Amino acid sequence: MASIERTFSLQVPSNTENLAMIRDFVNGIGTRAGLPASEVAKLELAVDEACANVIEHAYGPEVVKEVSVRATLDDDTVQIDVVDTGKGFDPAAISPQNLEQLVAERKSGGLGMRLIKTLMDEVHYEMIPGQKNELRMIKRLKKQGI
Amino acid sequence: MATSFTVQRDSLREPSGEAIILRLNGFLDAHTAPEFEKVIQHELEAGHVRLIADCGDLTYISSAGLGVFMSFIEDIRAAGGDLKICNLVPKVAQVFEILGFDSIFDMLPTVDAAADSFAGPPKEV
Repeated sequence: MASIERTFSLQVPSNTENLAMIRDFVNGIGTRAGLPASEVAKLELAVDEACANVIEHAYGPEVVKEVSVRATLDDDTVQIDVVDTGKGFDPAAISPQNLEQLVAERKSGGLGMRLIKTLMDEVHYEMIPGQKNELRMIKRLKKQGI
Repeated sequence: MATSFTVQRDSLREPSGEAIILRLNGFLDAHTAPEFEKVIQHELEAGHVRLIADCGDLTYISSAGLGVFMSFIEDIRAAGGDLKICNLVPKVAQVFEILGFDSIFDMLPTVDAAADSFAGPPKEV
């Protein structure tokens, strides 16, 4: 049987006050995909983290910029792409410091990316700073081997 | 539609001294974390270093909120106090656990347990 792919998009100004709207959008996507509430919550948090990174780091104070969230559903996966045109970042450059080190240095950086990688099944990046940065996060609906 | 987050402050007098209970309510994300940061900063400036974060009505937390806890804990302990976290709902507790916060913070089931724990030494990091 052919798989039907459905795509949904949300575009909001780059401001942390819009994170609540983004979470509502993602909650609707997860629910529509048939994920259990605990998995919907993980999806929400991962996308919140990705968008907060863009708003606070890629764009900084430029609230006139936009953050795009695109969700694609098919029979097997929920794929969320967070797209921005900010300065981007090199995910590989985030040092995997342990929590104790971060606390000792009064830092909290890198926690968001750590959460995203834990909460999602796949994470991919495509960064062209100043032009287009895309963070793709995938959650599988059916676990392999089940 | 902005995120809603409030902190209600109570003071608790125990035989071992005074503790401040910060009752967190709502959503602690990148939008509201600066508000929480100000609350803790204010307590430290007032010399209050025995703090209890009652998270019973905290329905959501992201890394920005966790970052506030992290960035203050060393200073609080250096001043002879501690920041105890208690009464977490399962959804929020899961986020603390994923990042391993239980190895850094004293996480207690209730406000009473948090208040009692001030009698012992702070958690070693």
